[in-house]
Formats: sequence, structure tokens, C-alpha cells
Amino acid sequence: MDSIKDTARKVVDLYVDGFRNMTVGRKLWAIILIKAALLFLVFKLFFFPDLLKENYDNDDDRARAVAEQLTTR
Amino acid sequence: MEDLIQVVDWSRLQFALTAIVHWLFVPLTIGISLIIAVMETIYYRTKSEKWLKTEKFWMTLFAINFAIGVATGIILEFEFGTNWSNYSWFVGDIFGAPLAIEGLLAFFMEATFFAVMFFGWKKVSPGFHLASTWLVSIGVSLSALWILIANAWMQYPVGMEFDPDQMRNVMSDFIAVATSPVAINKFFHAVTSGWVLAAVFVIGVSCIIAAKGKNLQMAKDSVKVAGWIGLIGIILTMWTGDGSAVEVARVQPMKLAAMEGLYRGEVGQELIGFGIVDEKDRDVKCKIAIPKGLSILANHDANSFVPGIDDLIDGIALTPQGDTINTISYAERIEIGKAAQQALRDYEAARKAGDNAALADALARIKANYSFFGYGYFNSPQDAIPPVALTFYSFHIMVAAGGYLLLLLIVALFVVYKKPEWFDTRIARWVGVLSIPVVWICSEAGWIVAEVGRQPWTIQDILPVQAAVSAVTAQSVQLTFWLFAVVFAALIAAEISIMVKEVKKGSEREITE
Repeated sequence: MDSIKDTARKVVDLYVDGFRNMTVGRKLWAIILIKAALLFLVFKLFFFPDLLKENYDNDDDRARAVAEQLTTR
Repeated sequence: MEDLIQVVDWSRLQFALTAIVHWLFVPLTIGISLIIAVMETIYYRTKSEKWLKTEKFWMTLFAINFAIGVATGIILEFEFGTNWSNYSWFVGDIFGAPLAIEGLLAFFMEATFFAVMFFGWKKVSPGFHLASTWLVSIGVSLSALWILIANAWMQYPVGMEFDPDQMRNVMSDFIAVATSPVAINKFFHAVTSGWVLAAVFVIGVSCIIAAKGKNLQMAKDSVKVAGWIGLIGIILTMWTGDGSAVEVARVQPMKLAAMEGLYRGEVGQELIGFGIVDEKDRDVKCKIAIPKGLSILANHDANSFVPGIDDLIDGIALTPQGDTINTISYAERIEIGKAAQQALRDYEAARKAGDNAALADALARIKANYSFFGYGYFNSPQDAIPPVALTFYSFHIMVAAGGYLLLLLIVALFVVYKKPEWFDTRIARWVGVLSIPVVWICSEAGWIVAEVGRQPWTIQDILPVQAAVSAVTAQSVQLTFWLFAVVFAALIAAEISIMVKEVKKGSEREITE
């Protein structure tokens, strides 16, 4: 049990010390976070809905909707 | 109809923009992670601090590229769900399974070993650190494997069966999907081209560093490692490129014909080294060609027949003796495709009516005609021709740039081993710097050949773009296209600006740990 705790503490230390001692990494993390927020909170939410998931309740309805599209074009 | 064409064009353009931007980052990540792993292995064996210093410098540039590039691929998945929803549904788990494995693998590898690689220098043993660095490099390539398997399936759909009840293709043979010769070849071609790209990047940046003189030894050592990796990489890229040509000739002959601007093929077909495509006259003007070259490249047989665009449309092939063999013409394929689609309509009607006999009959007709299902969307055989000029020029740019890069890598190794006094000169710096865009152009051109050359198909012979695209408006796709263009421009500007700053640091002051 102690060895598991010890290992877990070492893993946490690895990340905490690593983030604390970053130089250029801070700027990079800022870019990653801004980008992730933009992608998932703006683009995904407002501009890129999963059309079939949003417009139909179940897989059978989705399949029929695609069948309709593919047989009428 | 007008709006559908616009939706298709804008959706393609948006996908192309995203894929091109994504591919700016990916090959550098693949290649530089290998260069770093080799450098750390040398450090591990020699315990020489200069290698540690060298490796850490390149790790910083790797981190910048990784951070800016990460998640640009996710945007492609957004586009699948919104702009290409028919396609996304229709491919079912075949596309989803490799992408899910990629996501899990990438997350596991990157979250774990990436952190050890960057944060673990004084926390873990040197052996464990080295293993982590190699695992990052291997993990990056394995991530690419699953994406490329998914891509290869679109070019050569195998290991699936169409289920009209689910209205999607269902994977029937995972091994066939994962080990498709197109996938295997594509994987090695893409990964080894990543080694070349990163090698040329390292050589170019090293030339800048060398010119300032502060870290000359580091620059030379970097060129030695990158030069060898790049040289091995480009030989393998050319070898697998040859394999790609054979596969394309076999499974996508229309793409091969477009790559060469070939409208009427011959037995012992020449290979064009340079030329100007005239799509109106259906010819290549001012050409310089290698006799029998394309026959050798495509079929490894100097006297074989390579069909041109019009031969394929007419369903004509020739024997080595020049005798005509009739194959399935595109007009016949369109008829077969329309029969498959009518069968699908009948299946839907029988399903609603609960008529089991009609259902079984329609299912049998779908299965019999499914291999040309997508041709049923065309009004004319001409609709199945990809953009010839773009495919032709991209292919020839890729080949010419590849030849230049082979020469560059040989010269770089010669200079660094035999004529080191030439290395920190103005000429070397300019050649090094100007070669950086060449390698990216070469890499992107390769993808343009692969993707534009297979148009109009999203899934070869099964689903063309006009059927794959969603019922959305062209305006909505245009809006997100421009939004992405702005975001991508900002990301590229950030990457270049941060990298230039770090390279400046590396060239203007002596690097210490």
C-alpha cells in the first residue's frame, strides 16, 4: 500500500514540478488551452453540430434519413 | 442542384484546408521525435553532455510544433459530423474503429511518456527516460498508422459488407482492413517522408545556428544525425512511393492516369518528367518523357499497357501484343450503380410494406450491383474524372522536390563529414533555409496527389462527394471555412514566431543545459 502511495506521489511530483519549471512551455500551454476552448466551446458547440445525432432520436431514424438522402440525389 | 454543388465545393475546400494545415505539423512531429530519440540514445551510450544539450534544444522545437499542431486533426472529425454526415454514417465502424484506437493510443502514449520525456530528466533513471523518448516516437507513428488505415480504406474499401437495414458498411474482416496493401504502403510512405521532412528541417535550422558560430559543434552533430535519418528516410520513401504507384495502378487506375495527364494509354507507356497539361485538348504539351517509364513504374513491366482516362471510360485495355480487351466501361458502371440504387429504393419500400419476398429480391440486387454503387450518382462518365491538371502538377512537383531533397541530404552528409569548412558559410545557410519550404511543399504535394487524384470519391467506387455531403447550406460552410482560415493563420504565425525566437536563442548564445 505504501509503495503505491509512494509511486502516486512521485507521479504527481513529476507533473507538478514539471509544470512549475516550464519556461517556453507556459506559453505553449496557454496556446493549447485557448485553442481547445475555441475548438470545443465555440466551434463544436455553435458551428459543428453532429447533424444526425442532433436531428434524430435513434439509430434507425438516422439510417432512414441517410437512406432518404442517398436514394434521392 | 446549384446549392448542392456549392456545398460540395466549399466542404471539400474546407476539408482540404484543414488537412493541409494539420499535415504541416504531423510529419515534423513524426520525424523529429525519431531524431530526438536517436540523439538521446547516443547520449545514453556516450554520456557526453554535448548530446544532452543538443537533444534538449530539438526537444524544445518538437514541443512547440506539438503544442501548436495538437488537436488540429480534431477539426476534421467535426467536419465529418457536420459537413459529411451521410459519409460518416455510411462508413460506420470501419472508419470509427481505427480512429478510436488512434485516440486511445495517442492519449495513453502522449499523456504518459510525453510527460516523462519533458519533465522526467531528474526524476526517472536514464534508461527509463530513454525508453519513454522512444515510446513517444513509436506512439506518434502508431497514431499515424490508424489514421492511414482509415484513409487507405477509403481509397481501397475492403473487409466490409453493406447492411441496408443499418444503411452503413459493417466491418466483416478487421485484419483485411488493417493489413490492406494500400494501408501498409501508405503508412510506411507517410512515416518515412516524415523522417525526411524533419531531417531537412533540422539541417536547415542547423545551418542558421552554424552561421552564427556559437553552437557550431551542436549544429554539425545535428546534421550528422538528421542527415542519416533523412537519407534512409528518403530512400525508403522512394521505395514505398514505387509501391504506391503499383497499388494505384491496380486499385485506382484513374488516379494514375490523372497523375500523368494520360488520356490514351499505350503498351510501353512513357513517363512524363515535365510537361504542360492541356485539359481542353486532352494532351500534355512541351513534354520531356522517359520511354516505357510509366509501364515500368506502374506494372514493373516495360511492355505492359497503362490505361489512360479515355481508355478507362471506354472500358478498353490492351494486351502486351496490342490486342484490345474490353473491360467494364464507365457508362456500364453508371447503369450498374443506378440498378443498385433502385434496388436500395425498392428495399426501403419493401421494408415499410413489410414485404419479405420483395425485401429479399431487393437485397440480392443490391449485393449484385454494390461494387459500382457510387457510379449511379453520375450523369455522365466524365463526372468520374478527377481534376487532371492539379493532380498532374502536384505529382510532378512532389517527384522533382523529392529528387532535390535526395541530393540535398547526400550533399549535407558530404559537407559535414568531408568539408566541414563549407558548413558555416552563407551559401550553406541559404541552401539550408530555402530547403525547409521545399520539403513541406513536397510532402503536401504528395497528399494532394493522393486526395485530389481520387476525386470525386469519398469511398472509391461506392460514395462520391455529392452523395457524401450533408444537407447543409453553402453559406454555413463558407462561414466556418473563413473562421478556420483565420484560426489556422494565427496558429501558423504563432508556431513560426515562437520557433524563430528559440532558434535565435540557439544561434546567438551558447546553449547550456
